[in-house]
Amino acid sequence: MDVKEIKEQFPILQQEVNGSPLVYLDSAATSQKPNKVIEAVEDYYRRYNSNVHRGVHTLGSLATDGYEGAREKVRSFIHAPRAREIIFTRGTTTAINTVAYSYGRSVLQEGDEIVLTPMEHHSNIIPWQQAAKATGASLKYMPMHEDGTLSLEDARRTITSKTKIVAVTHVSNVLGTINPIKEITQIAHEHDAVTVVDGAQSVPHMRVDVQDLDCDFFAFSGHKMGGPTGIGVLYGKKRLLEKMEPVEFGGEMIDFVDLYDSTWKDIPWKFEGGTPIIAGAIGLGAAIDFLEDIGMENVEAHEAELAQYAMKRLKEIDGIHIYGPETRAALVTFNVDELHPHDAATALDIEGIAVRAGHHCAQPLMKWLNVVATARASFYIYNSKEDVDALTEGLIKTKEYFGDVFA
Amino acid sequence: MSSHSNLDTLYRQVIMDHYKNPRNKGDMEGETLHVNMNNPTCGDRIQLQLKVEDDKISDAKFVGEGCSISLSSASMMTEAVKGQPVENALEMSDIFSQMVQGEDYDDKYDLGDIEALQGVTKFPARIKCATLAWKAMEKGLGNEEEETD
Repeated sequence: MDVKEIKEQFPILQQEVNGSPLVYLDSAATSQKPNKVIEAVEDYYRRYNSNVHRGVHTLGSLATDGYEGAREKVRSFIHAPRAREIIFTRGTTTAINTVAYSYGRSVLQEGDEIVLTPMEHHSNIIPWQQAAKATGASLKYMPMHEDGTLSLEDARRTITSKTKIVAVTHVSNVLGTINPIKEITQIAHEHDAVTVVDGAQSVPHMRVDVQDLDCDFFAFSGHKMGGPTGIGVLYGKKRLLEKMEPVEFGGEMIDFVDLYDSTWKDIPWKFEGGTPIIAGAIGLGAAIDFLEDIGMENVEAHEAELAQYAMKRLKEIDGIHIYGPETRAALVTFNVDELHPHDAATALDIEGIAVRAGHHCAQPLMKWLNVVATARASFYIYNSKEDVDALTEGLIKTKEYFGDVFA
Repeated sequence: MSSHSNLDTLYRQVIMDHYKNPRNKGDMEGETLHVNMNNPTCGDRIQLQLKVEDDKISDAKFVGEGCSISLSSASMMTEAVKGQPVENALEMSDIFSQMVQGEDYDDKYDLGDIEALQGVTKFPARIKCATLAWKAMEKGLGNEEEETD
């Protein structure tokens, strides 16, 4: 895999920021977009913009083909059995909310438990807090090892006959931990519970096979994998989706509408009320094509190497604390002694290096780590070892700078 | 770093001095106004304590966790408002907001050290760090009854 060649296909990365070449290390927040995606969205708007599923005229058919074609691309990408099990949403947050609202509230009863982990993003915590409040169910957190990994023994102890839902992230957006979803799902199924997997940080970076994982619901976002913002995916098993009530009602999702009652379309469309995110879906389809051209195995190998290199280089910095396990996804969350992550991020930005600083939408995890905030560098297909070097050198200089002003 | 001069516009010596040696840091005795203020996007936290007597801020202290900009600003703010009538303190807060947003501002008050924070205008992402303590003060003085504890 030729990183230089890949990077050339991302126009945004060809610029200078504050007088230095941009080193973009915030792909876990959102990834940059290749020409192929930008052009696909533009092509839709320039050539065949039209509403879908009412294909009498030519443009309508083209738009419907583009939209449904994207659904098939998603199906194939995550190896779902049926395209009907792919629901387009606004993003991971909306996807998880759909499950929590529709499935959660119909299934949960007082005394039931929803099992979570301490490393969840807010979007895989709050929908469950709300579902628990509405139904009288309670939340229960699996313990986590010191290094930010889960153990199956703990999972076995936490998931019981009271558990109805296990909501767990595939990859932690802070620790980089890659969780054993297949095994956790197996344990959940032994207790007739379903798993809801937050795949926002996994799908862009590794080959995901929802049939192999056997998870019941799987959510992810387009914008973290080269696609546009405002498009995401909820995969759900057909028999579960069919039993669920829609969350949004209105146009597009109906079968028959009477004055006093109505019936819904089949899945997936009953969950896609209103004019759908057509350009977004087409853009996501193009992002999948782009990733498939590179090959997810190559993406995975490149990022594993980069993660290891980043760990090695960053450890050279005196007073650095890195959070999370050794084996990890391609992101590193850290603090440098006496240097507040905001100050570090501002100093790096002046050098054209973009990192994230803050709580990363994981306040309970920050509490668990006993920190207020952290800095995070996250990598993608267009990042190279030179970017890691730039980060390392930038941090060393920043530390020196603040050391001087403190002196 | 190669762009030290850029960093220096933000991290002026006086700011780092307030960060390193914060004034009015700690808890106050007796009956005071407590205000907690967070910056939800970054996790910075300020707890401000104010003593108001005869519509005048007779004492101000803070504790908190945050970056150099938010904590130095808290230190400078408590220095500036101590002894000021409530009305003036609120006006100073408006003036401060205008200053860090790069707008024209009234120079009727001698802001002293605080003017060092003008560099923030060049770092829009950090304006909220600078205004956190001031917002806490406004909240405390504006909702006096609710916030007393």
